[in-house]
Amino acid sequence: METLNKNISRRNFMRLTSLSGAALTLGFYFPAAAKEAEMLKGDVAENLGIDLNAWISIDTKGKVTIINHRAEMGQGAYQAVPQIIAEELEVNLNDINIVFGVGNESKYGNQITGGSSTVRGSYKHLGRMGASAREMLKEAAANKWKVNKKECDAENGFIIHQPSGRKANYGDLVAEASKLEPPKTVALKKPEDYKIVRKPLPRQDTPLKVNGKAEFGLDKKLPGMLYAVVERSPRFIGKVKSVDDAATRKVPGVKHVFVTRTGVFASTREGVAVVADTLWAAMQGRKVLKVTWDDEGFEHHSTEQLYAKMNEDLKTKEGLSFRTKGNVASALAKATRKVEATYETPYESHSCMEPLNCIADTKADSCEIWGPIQAPGWVQDNLIQVLGLPREKVTVHMTFLGGGFGRKAFTDYTQEAALISKEIKAPVQVVWTREDDTLIGPFRPGMVYNIAAGLNEQGSISSFRYKMAGQDMDHQWPNANRESYNGSTTEGFLEPYFNSIPHYSFADLPLESPIPVMWWRSVYASTNGFAYESFMDELSIAAGKDPLDFRRQHLGDDRYQVVIDKLEEVSNWKSRKKNEGYGVAITECFSSIVGEIVKVSKGADGKVKIDKVWAVMDCGWYVNPDIIKAQVEGSIVMALGAATKHETHFKDGKAVEANFNTYKMPRITDIPEIEVHIVDNEEKAGGVGEPGLPPFSPALTNAIFDLTGKRIRKLPFNLQEV
Amino acid sequence: MTSLTLKINNKDYTIEADPKMPLLWAIRDVVGLTGTKYGCGIAQCGACTVHMDGNPVRSCSIPVSAVANKNITTIEGLSEDNSHVVQQAWIAEQVPQCGYCQSGQIMAATALLKKNANPTDKDIDNAMQGHICRCGTYPRIRKAIKTASTMMAQKASTK
Repeated sequence: METLNKNISRRNFMRLTSLSGAALTLGFYFPAAAKEAEMLKGDVAENLGIDLNAWISIDTKGKVTIINHRAEMGQGAYQAVPQIIAEELEVNLNDINIVFGVGNESKYGNQITGGSSTVRGSYKHLGRMGASAREMLKEAAANKWKVNKKECDAENGFIIHQPSGRKANYGDLVAEASKLEPPKTVALKKPEDYKIVRKPLPRQDTPLKVNGKAEFGLDKKLPGMLYAVVERSPRFIGKVKSVDDAATRKVPGVKHVFVTRTGVFASTREGVAVVADTLWAAMQGRKVLKVTWDDEGFEHHSTEQLYAKMNEDLKTKEGLSFRTKGNVASALAKATRKVEATYETPYESHSCMEPLNCIADTKADSCEIWGPIQAPGWVQDNLIQVLGLPREKVTVHMTFLGGGFGRKAFTDYTQEAALISKEIKAPVQVVWTREDDTLIGPFRPGMVYNIAAGLNEQGSISSFRYKMAGQDMDHQWPNANRESYNGSTTEGFLEPYFNSIPHYSFADLPLESPIPVMWWRSVYASTNGFAYESFMDELSIAAGKDPLDFRRQHLGDDRYQVVIDKLEEVSNWKSRKKNEGYGVAITECFSSIVGEIVKVSKGADGKVKIDKVWAVMDCGWYVNPDIIKAQVEGSIVMALGAATKHETHFKDGKAVEANFNTYKMPRITDIPEIEVHIVDNEEKAGGVGEPGLPPFSPALTNAIFDLTGKRIRKLPFNLQEV
Repeated sequence: MTSLTLKINNKDYTIEADPKMPLLWAIRDVVGLTGTKYGCGIAQCGACTVHMDGNPVRSCSIPVSAVANKNITTIEGLSEDNSHVVQQAWIAEQVPQCGYCQSGQIMAATALLKKNANPTDKDIDNAMQGHICRCGTYPRIRKAIKTASTMMAQKASTK
């Protein structure tokens, strides 16, 4: 125990004593220099001043409480985390009480629910934590009965001594178990013995979500809470020149009107807050507010200008080199056959069904936050800095999130609320209208790609030159190095291509614009995938090969071959008919490989319709197959929207689409049959919430090419007009 | 401000509100039933759907003054204990992801099934196309409506 890092301050202790009757509490933490998490009992951690990461607690009645340190925004973290622990702890999932952890990076480690990281980042620690508690309970029982621990089994919340049939509830053993040391090493179960993991168990949050009881950020209320809406700079970085609030102040219920300044990456977003005693009054006050903006000194971009600049850069510049091998230029010159194409993808809004909102209660010496928050740790870090408060005085509570998709993994809407509360010295809920949510961004960046490749005589790729133009999210941070290449340039591209292609180069051309951009479900892979996999299809056609065989030939790795074989099998690829178009695409991101095949045909009206989508997901070790299927279905629907329905345009420096009447969403009438297959293997756990998105749009356009001979290289396109 | 009486889930609520306030905000912020959601404010997404005398309506676009003497049913009025057949079907098919739009989806599906116990795909399209789900639960919504229809038929036959 001497090796423990005692420099960690006694901050934000788990209030163990506040858990009534808690007798055995076990959690994990990461010693400063260690790669492996260490298991520690709650009281030991408290005495040593160590903040545990996720933890479990069993009380004397045998009730298990699990702190879920990840945000729940639909992707199933609420289910996956306890499902892993319950498997190893040998308890029934229904007997577990799940509590959201508060935002605390030092306690829970990286808490940002992004990059599809909940399971893949922590499944081994969570499993070990459950197994450690189980072993301690077994040891306690063996000591009590004076029998060999090896003769004791854990089952459904009981320890059973097999030879005698003696049985004890976990609750009766926790007092004894809490006196024991957690085991140094613990064996995890073999997949063939799983009873809970890998089973399509119903989600614990579903009952709350069919009767209105699930509490989202917008549903949370505090006593004495006021409501605010904010008129924000429509050109993102414009300054407030003047405010005429005479009419606003006359609206009954309006209490305050003032200018707000919020950090958005390295920029400041100005706005005018209208605070009232009801949300409706605040909205009415804002309707009659007159703000004039100082929009001098920066570009007012239009969509046409942005794409013209990206296309121009691709033609005239080499870009920031990310990854190269061999000599692409000479190999391209020598190629038997050369193919070159340019692809465009749009700017997009996240448009979560729950618009952004946040409750803040900022006092002179503390700040408390409630809201739909993906990154509570970041929010805490940001508020410590902005408010100048010590960490233990900033508390961040996560409610259920009505969608996230990356937008709620940011600190602007929380900081804005905290500063408004500080100004009015009262708790406040800041509500973004749908229009605010759609117009203000940050947006998924629009991208333009140019790819050139050479094929050799055997129809294999001999050279591959890829250039990507678009805004680099990383270049927006304070003190960002704008000469640095985009580290996500190859996100989505399949690893084995780097082995099979002898000459390649990948580079990016960062575009500068005042338009704020950020991660959107599957991030760069969401657009890269369209370019990569459309181009692979074009190459396979140029090589005269079947698109699946062409990929087989280049992806000499078992995992990828399995995905290709499965796609071929489930879609009946080989027996596809003449009047049907089939398209395939395979991408990987966040350590998962997903292949999709789209089938299209022409309806009675002569228009192209999507008949079916098959998806094969290889996410390695996994928890709940039904949640994986749901996530892939949802990813395909979201990709369908970005491919065929919606796009954010810019005109004179402002976003154009403001609500669902112009930012059109896919509807139930647009959705084809979706069939999802999961590959069973023991590879490292990969992401689930995002990797199903990137392959859809190229699989769709490849299918349309197969049916009609028409190659679509620009998204979105109107399916009705193909 | 006007004094109004709203009949919601068979209970009378007398409230003070701006008569122009949309029913949505009266339900959520004044009465305090937060199961009904704000999604767009312009009757495009269906998240705010409630029943008015049994018919699905967009509460974001109806002024509160227009609903006096009407019977309003919100998601909370379906059942407290998830015993309503549509709730049962939604659980059986594991429809919700984030869950935010599901109150509206369920209210629309309930109204459809009340009028048409055995809806075709086309009927489902017509009843549900006004409802957006950003998580993309549409395939499961369709399935759950059919499951609810089957459950209703089974219930009727065992009576």
